[in-house]
Amino acid sequence: MVKKQSFEASLKELEEIVKEMESGNLSLEEAIKKYEHGIKHSKYCNAFLNTTEKKIILLAKDNDGNSIEEIFEDEQDDIQP
Amino acid sequence: MMAEKQTGHIYTVSILTREIKTLLEETFPFIWVTGEISNYSVPSSGHSYFTLKDQQASIQAVIFKNQKLKLRFEPENGIKIYGLARLSIYEPRGTYQLIFEHLEPEGIGSIQIAFEQLKRKLSDKGYFDQKFKKPIPFLSSNICIITSGTGAALRDIIHISKRRFSNINLEVLPVKVQGAGAEQEIIEAIHFANKRQKAQVIILARGGGSIENFSAFNSELVADAVFLSKIPIITGVGHETDFTIADFVADLRAPTPSAAAELAIPDKQILTQRVFELRQRLDKSIFVRISHLNDMIASLTYRIKIPEMIIYSHRFKVEELELRLKNQIKNAIRNHKDKINGLTDMLMHHFYVIFQRNKIKQLELMSKLKALSPLSVLSRGYSITRFAFDKKIITDSIYVKPKDRLEIILSKGRLISTVEKVNG
Repeated sequence: MVKKQSFEASLKELEEIVKEMESGNLSLEEAIKKYEHGIKHSKYCNAFLNTTEKKIILLAKDNDGNSIEEIFEDEQDDIQP
Repeated sequence: MMAEKQTGHIYTVSILTREIKTLLEETFPFIWVTGEISNYSVPSSGHSYFTLKDQQASIQAVIFKNQKLKLRFEPENGIKIYGLARLSIYEPRGTYQLIFEHLEPEGIGSIQIAFEQLKRKLSDKGYFDQKFKKPIPFLSSNICIITSGTGAALRDIIHISKRRFSNINLEVLPVKVQGAGAEQEIIEAIHFANKRQKAQVIILARGGGSIENFSAFNSELVADAVFLSKIPIITGVGHETDFTIADFVADLRAPTPSAAAELAIPDKQILTQRVFELRQRLDKSIFVRISHLNDMIASLTYRIKIPEMIIYSHRFKVEELELRLKNQIKNAIRNHKDKINGLTDMLMHHFYVIFQRNKIKQLELMSKLKALSPLSVLSRGYSITRFAFDKKIITDSIYVKPKDRLEIILSKGRLISTVEKVNG
């Protein structure tokens, strides 16, 4: 896996790799290395886009000032067109 | 005056009134006054007459038509104003009144002044400097929303986030966004989000309202909290035209809460599409590369095979030559055979001819020979004597001893005889 980085950085790197590969200036070894790298980035980006668990939580404080997390119920949820 | 009074000087109403007028008008030439409007009326003259009051007192007031044109609001009962006025006595009725040169609704006016003052102060402190603006993460997995827990702003933000990127985590920090305690709750929420360190971006939002409703967002303490937040803050307060101090200090100002959500949350579909396209281009580029190399390899391999082809073609040539050689030899042999056969035939023929010729000759000779044969001599009475033992012809008596057995061949028949005596 690509070392943990921001989605943006990963996407940018993927774009760079694709540009480099399309320029055709790379040796085959480099191209293959880049390709493997590119695949990793594309997987990472997809994972980033899809695996984040969706949650809306409401952060509140109890009387002692400790934070409490509650799942936020959005009653508008089903009414959206 | 005291002296005059004590000396019994008596004022006429007019003089007294004029003296009071002079005194008042000189003492209060232009003054700022604040109070609430009541009994507001505009007679046909176009001037506005009203009573300005507070809890304990009231003063008559007027603003003339020409001054009214410059006002940015319409005065009405119940509005608190402050304004620049002259104090004047209306001599016929002995009343005094305020003649306003300028009026402003009191709340907005002071708020606006405070707003401008705070804005200048914070600007001087560098709070609005671009260099302090933290970049907004391109894609945050966790977004903190500081806004009213019940307002439309929160619903709008949640709605936008669901539409654009439904699996982003949202943390809602419900706060009062107006009224007493709002300022403190907003500050605490910003501190709390920073302490919690989960969100990568904070949306500080509030729905539309009048400028008084935004006071918490125009507070210096909130400005401090926004400025000091380690987490980048996007503000979305009110509508397009509403600017608050918090907006200026924020790392990014959105015109509305919905717009703030759009700035904080990229559209997942576009991103997914982008990643997909890049992946396709990546695959295509490597496949094109590989297939090109394959072609090259195939072409090279083909060219490597050519020497083999040469060997083949040579082998074919050799085989062909071999065949031709064999045929050549066969032909040669056949030719020779034919020649030999021809010659043999000729030889046979010649031989036959010679044979025939010789046979005739031989017959002739035979008959000649016959004539010359000893047998024919024998027939003339001669005989041949030879030893019976070894058939040796005896031509001289010296080789014969008595008692030798001799064979005597006659013309017809033979005699076996024994020698009795030998005469030399």
